[in-house]
Formats: sequence, structure tokens, C-alpha cells
Amino acid sequence: MNLVRKGRVITLLGLGLLAGVYVRALAFTPVERLQGPAQKIYYLHVPAAIWTEMAIVLVGLAGIFYLFLQDPRLDRFAEASAEVGTVFATIVLTTGPLWGKPIWGTWWTWDARLTSTLLLFFLYVGYLLLRSAITDPALRGRYAAVLGICGMCLVPFIHLSVYLFRTLHPQPIILKPGPPSLPASMLITWLCSVGAFTVLYVGLVTQRYGLSLQREAQGGIGG
Amino acid sequence: MRELLAQAWTVARKDLVLEFRTRTAVLSAVVFTALVLTVFNFGRDPTAVAATDLAPGILWVTFTFAAMLGLNRAFQLELENGALEGLLAAPLSRVSLYWGKLVANLVFVGVVEAVGLPLFVLFFDVPLGHALLPLVGVLALATLGIVTVGTLFSAMVIRTRFAELMLPVLLLPFLIPPLVLAVLATARLLAARPLSESLAYLKLLAAYDIVFLGVATMLFRYTVDE
Amino acid sequence: MLWAEGLRHAFGRVVALDDISFHLGPGQTLAIFGPNGAGKTTLLKVLAGLLQPQAGAAHVDGGRRAIGWIGHQSQLYAHLTVRENLLFWAALYGVPRAERGHRADAVLAPLGLAERAGQPVGALSRGWVQRAAIAKALIHDPAVVLLDEPFTGLDLAAAAALRTQLAALRGAGRVLVLATHNVDEGVELATDVAFQRTGRFVHFAPRAARGATEIAEAYRAAVAHA
Repeated sequence: MNLVRKGRVITLLGLGLLAGVYVRALAFTPVERLQGPAQKIYYLHVPAAIWTEMAIVLVGLAGIFYLFLQDPRLDRFAEASAEVGTVFATIVLTTGPLWGKPIWGTWWTWDARLTSTLLLFFLYVGYLLLRSAITDPALRGRYAAVLGICGMCLVPFIHLSVYLFRTLHPQPIILKPGPPSLPASMLITWLCSVGAFTVLYVGLVTQRYGLSLQREAQGGIGG
Repeated sequence: MRELLAQAWTVARKDLVLEFRTRTAVLSAVVFTALVLTVFNFGRDPTAVAATDLAPGILWVTFTFAAMLGLNRAFQLELENGALEGLLAAPLSRVSLYWGKLVANLVFVGVVEAVGLPLFVLFFDVPLGHALLPLVGVLALATLGIVTVGTLFSAMVIRTRFAELMLPVLLLPFLIPPLVLAVLATARLLAARPLSESLAYLKLLAAYDIVFLGVATMLFRYTVDE
Repeated sequence: MLWAEGLRHAFGRVVALDDISFHLGPGQTLAIFGPNGAGKTTLLKVLAGLLQPQAGAAHVDGGRRAIGWIGHQSQLYAHLTVRENLLFWAALYGVPRAERGHRADAVLAPLGLAERAGQPVGALSRGWVQRAAIAKALIHDPAVVLLDEPFTGLDLAAAAALRTQLAALRGAGRVLVLATHNVDEGVELATDVAFQRTGRFVHFAPRAARGATEIAEAYRAAVAHA
């Protein structure tokens, strides 16, 4: 109960921060010359994409430690992280087309970055399906850890192979060698939105973690 | 190490004898491959798209699905009469068990591919020429990658509900990198481009194989032990 | 030879093992009687090294190689012949290649299986499969034999053959652990008797001179009370 409430507070804080970021983005940050207002979605799209990937890495790391320590808390964290990762992947997959329609002229393209997020989304869905197909908690934790670790190892290969396949995506603007080519005000807005998403991730994971703890406690009493 | 390999071979040989005895599984997989190749022929407009343009994709999608059929039965046959429990109670290293299953699956998929490749060349009138040897290399690398992950996952799904559906759902995202790389390399080989153009893909395929062979070898025991 | 120390295990909230400790030396035969769900199978699985107990430890001198285990299922491959099955398991248990044939003959003959050795296990009836399963468990001449309801599906002649063989093993200094829900089975073989109920040994003592009826009465009383 406590954790769920705490998670809710942090999530609200994250949403508040995100709203703040958007006030700044819409009112105080210059409109991009070529893309126009559509570029504003960038502050939602890119941080969500970053955390989609961070979440799978954290699922994998939690899996490694779970196999060694057998601590159910790690498994619960991995589950929560995967659920939040699924939500973030969904955000990326919906904001991507919203931006893509005015800029690329098409809702969906098999662009490298969008495709890798789609594959991560399938990976998350598979992970959650596997969890739902096993009833024994120890076995579920073990299998989920194995899949999570494999998923973490898969991420770089997805990137490389999908990138080799083809790409239309705007090249990375910030995470590339050399100084960022974004005007300082946009960069600050962007960094704020990454911060807001970090808070959102922590809040949502705390909430899901608390909920699964509650479910378990109820299962322990009821059935 | 010798002991590990000897035990792995004992397991693999037993699987291959069983496979040869029953033959149903491997025959079904071969027929399936031939059928899918046939179906794909009708999946294009022959006046608009040349067969060779689609050929690499068709080859690899077909082989991926055929491999999945084989992987699904790899551990299913150990469930019959509880043989898996016997294997786990025996002084058999989990690494040997994994490698044995891996080798048996590789042979299974290899046989299907050995029949599928000539059919593919015949059906799609692919100019194979001197590309045969490098293509076999691509086949070997990509198949190793697919079967490495697939063997690990097939050990896992047999203890879940809806195992036959669960395997493709879990496995397909993992098969995209080998699939993409194999298609890219195959396309260049069939277009008679020099091998050096495909070298980057082959290297990445090899990296995938090494990473997942290592990871799966380490993780396998967590999928079978109680 | 065989130690169990403070074994505890539960599946969810169902207690299967509750503080079980005992020690058996050469020539001792422990018969464990208990109703269905008492945790006998779990105990044997822990002793066989198949299941890691949540607390406590079990140890067998010589490890897995020294254990023969007969579970509820035959652990035999239906499409291999009885002999092929035996040779496979002999290889896994590290019996030297040159001796595997002799070992197979040595376990097949006393069980009356010699004539059926060439038949696929899938073609045998229930009782013969059970005999083959017993042969499989003895193929590597184990020092400790764990038998989980071994008399299931055996006719009178087969049961007598099994009893004779178990008596011979006991005479040769092997340790036997026999779990069954039927007090009439195997009592005369036992040197020690245990009654298990909801995971706990409610009675554990040498059989001494007690006969089957005496044990049965004690069993009914103990299981009813606890």
C-alpha cells in the first residue's frame, strides 16, 4: 500500500515535470526552422525511447543478480521494469507516427529506430507473456531472468542489424561524437524532459512493484 | 572437456537415432519447407516482381519457420516417459545436455536446409554459380545463431502452457538479427557481388553466434533444473 | 553411504518435507510408507539430486554416479529398443564402452527381459516397461538404489522377480530406499521402516522382527494419529 502510494506521488511529480517541460517547450523554446511545431514531440519521443532501452537493460541486470541471489525482490523489480518499458515503447511507437506523418509524409516506415523499438516492444510482450504462462514463482523468476538476460544481449544486435537494413531516421543530434548541434535552449528543454522521464520511470516502477507485492500478499491469505 | 564433449555426443547421437527411427518430424519439416517455397511463389505478381528480387527474403523466412518446427520438438521428446528427469538425475553436465541438444537440432535443421536449398534454386531460378560455397557459409552461421537461441528457449517453453505458441512468440524477435544479416549477405552473393561486400554481415553473424552460444551455455542449467 | 540432514521443502503452502534426517549404511534397506501426498516422491527426488531442498542437505557417497533411481515414469525412449535404452543410460553413467553390453545382459536376465531386449519399449506392455525401467536404474551397478512405488503395474511373477533382485542387491551391500503407499509391499526386504505423513517421519525405527501385519497395524495407528 505504502509503496503504491509513494509510486503514485513520484509518478505525479514526473507528470508535473513533463508538463513543465512542455510549457517551456511550447512557450519559451524556439520553433525548429524546418520541421515546425511537429518537432515539439521530440521532447516526448526521444526520452521515452531512451528509457525503453534502459528498462530492458535493467531487466537483464536484475535477471543476472536474481540467478545468483534468488532474491524475489529482484524478480519483482524486473517485472515492474518490463511493464513500464512496454508502456514507454508504446509511447515511442505512437509519437513516432504522429511526427512521421507531417515530416516524412507517412505514418509508418520501416525506419531503423522505429523498427528497433517495435522489436523491443515485441520482446517486452513476449517477456510478460512468458511470465503469465508460469504459475510457480521460483520457476517464473528463473525463466524470466533467462529471457531478460538474453533480451539485454539482443539490444545491440537489433540496433546494428536493423540499422544495416535501412534508415530514414534523422541522425542522432545529441548522443553523437562532438558538440551537440542543437541550440542551447532546445538542449536544456530536452535534458529537462529526460529528467522528467527518469522520474516517471522511477514512479511507475515503484507503483508496479508495490502492486505486485500487494497481489502476492493477497494470494498468500486468500488462495 | 573431453568428458563434456563425449557426453554431449551421447545425447546428440541418441536424439539422431530417435529422429531417424521415427522420421516423421524431419519429413514433415522438409515437406513444410517445400510447401512454403511453393506458397511464396504465388505471393508475388510474376509480371511485376522478378523472382530473384524476393528470393533471399523467401529463402530465409522459409528456413526460419522450418527451424522453429524442429526446435519445438527438441525437448518434447524428452517429456515422453519422463526421460528428462532421468537425464537430470544422471551424472550429466547441463552444458553437455545443451550442446548435445544443440548438435541434434543443428543436424535436423541442416538436413531440412540441404533439401530446401536445391528446391529454392530450382523454383526461383536463382543463379547460384560460384556463390554456392559462400552461401553455405552464410547458411551455417545464421543457422547456428537461430538454433543456439532456439534450443535454449525450447527447453524453457516445455514447462509453460501453450508451449507450441510460446516458442515463436519468444524466439522471433531474437531471430531478426540473423535473418536480416543473412538476407543482406545472400542478396549480395546472389547478385554476384564480391565476397568482401558481405564480410561485415558475416562478421556480425559470427559475433551473434559467439555471444549467444556463450550466454546460452551459461544460462541453460537455469532452464532445466528444478 | 547416504545421509539426509534436516530436509525441508514446500510447494507453495503444501509441506512435502518437514525436518527429515536419517543415515543409512551398506546393506540397509529403508522402506518408507505413507499415504498419497505425504512427500515420499519429493524425498526420493531430493536424495536423487533432482530437487534442491529449501533447507537441509542430502549426501550420497560417490554422488550421482552411485545412485539408481526409479521414478513414476519409465524414463525410457519408446522408439528405442530396451537394449538401446540401456546402452544409452550406461554411456551417460560412465560405464566403460567395453562393459556396457555385459552390464545390459547382467540386468536383463534376472528380470526375465532377455528375450524382449530387442523390442522397442513402446511395443511393451505396462508390466514389461516397468521391468525395463528397473533394469535402467540398475545398469551402472549403483551403490544406492531409490525406488518410488516400484511394484506398480507388476504382476505376481514380476513382483517376485523384483523382490528377489532387491534381496540380492541388499545381500551385496547396496543401500535401498523404497517408497510405497502399500504396507504389504516390500516389508520383508526392509531393515528399517519409516512412516511419512505430511512431510514428516512420524515413525522411524529398525524393522527388527516385526512382520507385515504388525507393521501395517503400527502404520495405521501412526498415520491416523499424527
